[in-house]
Amino acid sequence: MASGIRDRVAILGMGCSRFGERWSDNAEDLMLEAFTEALGDAGIEKSLIEAAWLGVCLEENNVGKTAGPLAQGLRLPFIAATRVENACATGTEALRGAVYAVASGACDIALALGVEKLKDTGYGGLPVRTRGVVNDLWQPNASAPGAFAQLASAYQARYGISRDDLKQAMAHVSVKSHDNATLNPKAHLRNKITIEDVLKAQMVAEPLGLYDCCGVSDGAACAIVTTPAIAEKLGKRDVVTVKALQIAVSNGEEAQFNQWDGASIRTAEVAAARAYREAGIANPRESLDLIEVHDCFSITELVLMENLGLSDPGRATFDILEGRYDRDGAIPCQIDGGLKCFGHPIGASGLRMVYEIYLQVLGRAGARQLGKADIGLTQNLGGHPHQNVCAISIIGRLGA
Amino acid sequence: MSEHSAGANTRGILSVGGYVPRLRLDRQTVAAGHRWMAPGLRGLAKGARAMANWDEDAITMAVEAGRTALRGATGISVDALTLASTTLPFADRLNSAVVGAALGMARQPAAADVGGGMRAGSSALLRALQTPGKNELVIGSERRIPTPASTAELNAGDGAAAVLVGEGDPLAILRGAASLSTDFVDHFRQTDRQGDYGWEERWVRDEGFSKLVPPVVSQALEAAGIDADQIDHFVMPEQLRRVGALVAKRVGVRPEAIVDTLFEQCGDTGAAHPLMMLAHTLTTAGPGQRILLIQFGSGCDAMVLETTAKAVATKQVPAWLEGGQIEKNYLKYLSFTGQLDLEWGMRAEMDNKTALTAAWRAEPMVNGFVGGSCTSCGTVQFPASRICVNPECGAIDTQAPYRLADDPAKVRSFTCDWLSYKPCPPFMFGHVEFGNRARVLMEFTDCDPDELAVDVPLDMVFRIKELDPVRGFRRYFWKAKPQRKAGE
Repeated sequence: MASGIRDRVAILGMGCSRFGERWSDNAEDLMLEAFTEALGDAGIEKSLIEAAWLGVCLEENNVGKTAGPLAQGLRLPFIAATRVENACATGTEALRGAVYAVASGACDIALALGVEKLKDTGYGGLPVRTRGVVNDLWQPNASAPGAFAQLASAYQARYGISRDDLKQAMAHVSVKSHDNATLNPKAHLRNKITIEDVLKAQMVAEPLGLYDCCGVSDGAACAIVTTPAIAEKLGKRDVVTVKALQIAVSNGEEAQFNQWDGASIRTAEVAAARAYREAGIANPRESLDLIEVHDCFSITELVLMENLGLSDPGRATFDILEGRYDRDGAIPCQIDGGLKCFGHPIGASGLRMVYEIYLQVLGRAGARQLGKADIGLTQNLGGHPHQNVCAISIIGRLGA
Repeated sequence: MSEHSAGANTRGILSVGGYVPRLRLDRQTVAAGHRWMAPGLRGLAKGARAMANWDEDAITMAVEAGRTALRGATGISVDALTLASTTLPFADRLNSAVVGAALGMARQPAAADVGGGMRAGSSALLRALQTPGKNELVIGSERRIPTPASTAELNAGDGAAAVLVGEGDPLAILRGAASLSTDFVDHFRQTDRQGDYGWEERWVRDEGFSKLVPPVVSQALEAAGIDADQIDHFVMPEQLRRVGALVAKRVGVRPEAIVDTLFEQCGDTGAAHPLMMLAHTLTTAGPGQRILLIQFGSGCDAMVLETTAKAVATKQVPAWLEGGQIEKNYLKYLSFTGQLDLEWGMRAEMDNKTALTAAWRAEPMVNGFVGGSCTSCGTVQFPASRICVNPECGAIDTQAPYRLADDPAKVRSFTCDWLSYKPCPPFMFGHVEFGNRARVLMEFTDCDPDELAVDVPLDMVFRIKELDPVRGFRRYFWKAKPQRKAGE
């Protein structure tokens, strides 16, 4: 079996635009904002970048197809540029392209940039769209909250948890993320909310109310990667490396076969196991200093705590209510506000998660800086619970 | 009265079935809405009329009625399907081919749509009874959209009925019949319009029902060799209120023989109604009883039927007629019929263009709800696929067609989604698990949010999945509805 890419690729620089309703900006403006920060952080000339990956999910109301908009927007000097898309896991997919390029030795320095311009649809939430000419004939055209709400009903039935207990824990998830985001100047939603606000909010898809759903935002995030040796040669003293990068994609078993309980994300279990192995992590509950997960909905974050092996099956509700994933808990989760409050510009989200781990490891997270932050995990999910793409990265200090 | 024993291989009615939509529009609510301009409608404001859900039309209702009839006729192969209606959704696309496919009669040799007026169903039934040889399923189905505040709006109801006619051991046989076709225009409707234009009711009663119907009835009775006072069940839809009693009296049928027109719980289902009233009568009539079936419209059909020893007298209301949910929101009805254009927001703007190439490739899967059963490991899966979904199996090209439409199923997970656009929010859908362990993400219909819970048993129904108003197309698929006991 392959040994994986642990510590073979370093992050040279990162950037992230302010997320939110960026009414006055085009996707190109957001890309440039993130890229300028990353390039300054990397401390290199643009001309040293040899290949680039652009992550965009909904190109129909965004930049269009191909990686052309990246090359043109940043005036990249005729280098290889590729557009990738893997639903809401697109950002991590872009990073994977750049990281693998460096790990393979194909190039020394590569760029990954994710961007999404979602606020040009005229309405809230993600845009409605076709699922393909055959699927449209029979599949319910589920909204994202409707699809993820399925987790809640199945989870309650699987573990005998009452709706009230589950709603309390889900509310705790959202209140925590709002609290965290007040310390993040780039976050889309920076207001505090109360448990009562969450419980009383307008219903979106039973049992998910408005505050159980993440924001839909415009934004971009970007990483420039190289080898640890080059990073050190370029003067980086504190080198942050990729410990693991894994993607698992549903093959239809969850949707069609009878073994999935409907109360979990199967791909997250598979990808997490692979990622822990690649990173050499035996006990994630002890090793991980912080995590950024795909909290598109509060229930998603809740079940993911189990699927990542951080809570025992059926125990996430109680671990959450006991504060284990709060800012001052054992494993702080969504310290930057998460999708819930930092926002969710789809193509950028996976890179935004890595950005937070990167800042925390380097001690550059400002008011939200954690005490010990040597190693963190990101989990980025595309699709719906029964059919999805799960991308996990583990990022940490070289040598950690 | 001599009890007729038909015996094997006699042509007649082998089974019947009906379908009345779950929703029943309260007539008082409708009349109250119109009181300001049409206070006279008060007189019709009794009971409720059947109201198609947003995802029901003459095709989907026909499927449900047909399924009921076929359930009562196991082992009989159907050679031909006739679908009678004046409100078929497609003017050019064989509506009965959709119905046949949904009934699991894929590539049925003969299927025909008939229309043209209120006698479409009765005439189709009569021809089926008179033409020997084939087993023919005759379905009447109607979803009329009368003009608001017309008497038809209150009098009409949506529904379907099916009669399986063929050689075998029938429930009833035809003793005699007569027909008259003439251009007596009491009402009409141009092909591309909704809502009838009708003449003065007094004239229709005096010149139409009183003068045109009795001679045809007499001729049918004479052909049957039966006197009018020997009729046990007088089956005649009331296109105008109280014309049944008028005709019965004129032809000499005993008033107690007059069969309930189902006005209170359903309303007049147009071309389907003679079949529906007959289906209702045949589920309650005992052996050796004489039924006079009459339908008026551009002339008249009259049939004299006699039940056989196979008929079982019962006072039980058939399951398809029982139950229903009273709807007291007239605006919702108007929205469902398309007579009121509501602001649905931009999510409703999604283009539902259908790729007809893909629809043909998926035809058995979509119309017949046909998945695959792996002949290697037995796993049932939907859709069928080249490689078996069971990770322990993975066999290639081993799946035999497997129809899921009639299999037991239950809710695995669910939600009520208020974000997605649906003509009747909230959008309810979830994972459905079949008794054979196949799993399908499906829409729920005819369902109240509080009925949904994990493990709730489900029935499958054929419904409109999406409407394409831009091109005038609609596509169908199966949905799950909570199983209800009779009366719920």
